[in-house]
Amino acid sequence: MSRLTRLLVALAALSMVVVYFRPLWHIGLHAPQYPEGLGLYIAVDKIVGEKPQDLNSINGLNHYIGMKAISPDDIPELRFMPKIVAGLIAGGLLVAAVGRRGLLTGYAAVLIVFSLAGLADFYKWSYDYGHDLNPAAAIKVPGMSYQPPLIGNKQILNFHASSWPASGGWVLIGAVSLVVALAVLERRRPRGAPA
Amino acid sequence: MSSSLSIRSAAMLGAAVAVLALAGCGKGNTPAVGATDAAQRVFVPPGQFDEFYLFTSGGFSGQIGVYGLPSGRLFRTIPVFSQNPENAYGYSEQTKAMLNTSYGFIPWDDSHHPEFSMTNGMPDGRWIFINGNNTPRVARVDLTDFNTAEIIEIPHSAGNHASPFVTENTEYSVAATRFSVPTPQADVPIASYKENFRGLLTFIKVDSATGRMKIAFQILMPGINYDLSHSGKGPSREWSFFTSYNSEQAHTLLEVNASQNDKDYVAAVHWTAAEQCVAQGKAKQMPARYAHNVMDRATHTASTTMETSTTFLDAKDCPGVVYYLPTPKSPHGVDVDPSGELIVVGGKLASLIPVHSFSRMLKAIEDKAFDGEVGGVPVLKYEATIAGEVKEPGLGPLHTEFDGQGNGYTSMFLSSEIVKWSLKDFTVLDRIPTYYSIGHLSIPGGDTRKPWGKYVVALNKITKDRYLPTGPELAQSAQLIDISGPKMQLLLDFPTVGEPHYAQAIPAAMLTGNQIKTFDLASNKDPFAALNEAATGVTRQGRVVHVKMTSIRSHFIPDNIEGVQVGDSVFFHVTNLEQDWDVPHGFAITGLTNSELLVMPGETRTIVWVPSKPGVFPFYCTDFCSALHQEMQGWVRVSPRGSNVALVANTPAKH
Repeated sequence: MSRLTRLLVALAALSMVVVYFRPLWHIGLHAPQYPEGLGLYIAVDKIVGEKPQDLNSINGLNHYIGMKAISPDDIPELRFMPKIVAGLIAGGLLVAAVGRRGLLTGYAAVLIVFSLAGLADFYKWSYDYGHDLNPAAAIKVPGMSYQPPLIGNKQILNFHASSWPASGGWVLIGAVSLVVALAVLERRRPRGAPA
Repeated sequence: MSSSLSIRSAAMLGAAVAVLALAGCGKGNTPAVGATDAAQRVFVPPGQFDEFYLFTSGGFSGQIGVYGLPSGRLFRTIPVFSQNPENAYGYSEQTKAMLNTSYGFIPWDDSHHPEFSMTNGMPDGRWIFINGNNTPRVARVDLTDFNTAEIIEIPHSAGNHASPFVTENTEYSVAATRFSVPTPQADVPIASYKENFRGLLTFIKVDSATGRMKIAFQILMPGINYDLSHSGKGPSREWSFFTSYNSEQAHTLLEVNASQNDKDYVAAVHWTAAEQCVAQGKAKQMPARYAHNVMDRATHTASTTMETSTTFLDAKDCPGVVYYLPTPKSPHGVDVDPSGELIVVGGKLASLIPVHSFSRMLKAIEDKAFDGEVGGVPVLKYEATIAGEVKEPGLGPLHTEFDGQGNGYTSMFLSSEIVKWSLKDFTVLDRIPTYYSIGHLSIPGGDTRKPWGKYVVALNKITKDRYLPTGPELAQSAQLIDISGPKMQLLLDFPTVGEPHYAQAIPAAMLTGNQIKTFDLASNKDPFAALNEAATGVTRQGRVVHVKMTSIRSHFIPDNIEGVQVGDSVFFHVTNLEQDWDVPHGFAITGLTNSELLVMPGETRTIVWVPSKPGVFPFYCTDFCSALHQEMQGWVRVSPRGSNVALVANTPAKH
């Protein structure tokens, strides 16, 4: 690994610290009677309303369609995700310190797996919320489910739902992309060639 | 009293004809604004905001109207002195105490003058005060939620008209006796007016942090009628000015008998000197009984304290506190220009507008340029204080506001017009007719140190043919006039509710950022609040039943209540669990004899229902809250008195 690669891997790992302070993902909801919008921020350790009462409001609205209340205390991922990210940061710093190409390749693979697993987990939760509906709900639309999009925009009854990475998420995407790109470049470079 | 200047005091109708003829050419020159041009200048596109909030007094409705300028759209009526069944103000257990007085519960008053709290002579957007004229009171409205926060009664006073004008930093809000009465009240012959009747100028201390009001002192004055007021600013900041009429001290047929003297007085009150007199022990405590009603922000509940004493300061015991400025004739409005130097008086029967000079007044006091005294109050010489007179301005001058560009605008009741004149040389610059018989007028910031100008709103007393007719009783008429150019231009008529006397406007941006959207449920300290559905329930204490109820889209908990008996007092304590903007819930039940409840998110409101016959009675949400609003209902079973049906309700704990 070149000095530059090692430096960049260390920077990528350190940049992941941002996810402790900035949310990973944002889900927005707009409707004719909610011009100001309702929103949720998903962070590594919590789910909070975009405005202080948004989570309550969303849960209140969801009871019409029989959706379970979103209760952050019941989501175990929010408890162990911070530890996993800490491990990823430590791993990145270790790779940079040791400077071995094989380790970098392995690290890139771990990050890809982590990212895909995270998305799959997010999809699983949103699928459950959107499909596991109380049969006694006031509003029942045959064949309708209420899963927000994994990423992108979608109309759900009177709500326009959007789902996009938030600032912490973009930093994480950048960090993962950088590590993967560096791993690929390092593999293409003949072993021992000058950087 | 003598005067070297000749003041005309012609009979009113004769003068009206004469001066209208003089003013006639000016009125004909009023430039016409094209309808399209005017429409563009008042048009606020759908979804966009007005530039100014306009707070109008509700007059005999006792309320405050909130309008937008330039559109003239009504947004809100703030209940202040009158019960409002629309939202249960004055009916709900939490708000009833706001209308307590020493005369008992009073569901009405006559509100005249909204006045913003000020910092450095500029509105600070925290509170707006308004007076109750009939049963003397001053109210404070919180501008973060547009609710009445406090009402204090003014003891020993009668006809609280010269109120609630505030000093430059809201040190005080003032009140005064418009109808002199025996002070303190006494059972005496009305014909003993001259010996027994007195006026009071009341200074209400306003706490700078909380806004809380407290009567600091009341200045006992000769028994004439103290009509209007404004406080000084800048160099005159330690002074307040009050007009007066009936210096004749008539007690019958005042329209004639109080209109005999060529001049009455402006009382100039040096309130910092009054503070010193009080500190020096020259005041005395006077027994009193007056209500002080305060809304607690944590419990959202008003409570009344009956105060028992007030501080009287007799003007004659404390030289240097009050001076009289002779002023023609039966003066009404008194307005201080942005510099604080000019004191403009609307002598409603005068054929000119006198303008006193504050600096000349101080000089006259220093030189002892007195012209006798009245009841121990020195009278200054008219020519020693006057800065100039606006000659032949029109007829029936009442009130003056300022544009910050060196001009005054005076409303003319009889000649029904606004007259613009120069503060430099007191010459008339422009005039525009109003429809009809203007009383107050309002320029955004028009009584402050730095008026925002741009518009003047005419607040008219007579409406007649300005709108589609609605029988004998008509809306009141306001008119928006552009004052940004050299010529005033009429842009818009808009109707108002109640009779607006004074109004004040403030740039919208000064209030919009402070608005509360919902009350924080977790901070609700109402003792009967149910902060979640599990906390609901019914209890009986003798003939009183308390129902702790919650509302959230789209159900009440509980919605089935049994075991209530005929003649019980059923207290429905409804807590709105919503924390979402603009989701109030209502509550009403058949046979409710007071009013519905309208409960804001996070708030608890209580209404009392006394069922008069057995049966099962529905209650429902009155505010269309959601797609399932129609389903938001329940029932109360009422059994005959003495029935053995148990008191139960389907609260979650009972499921």
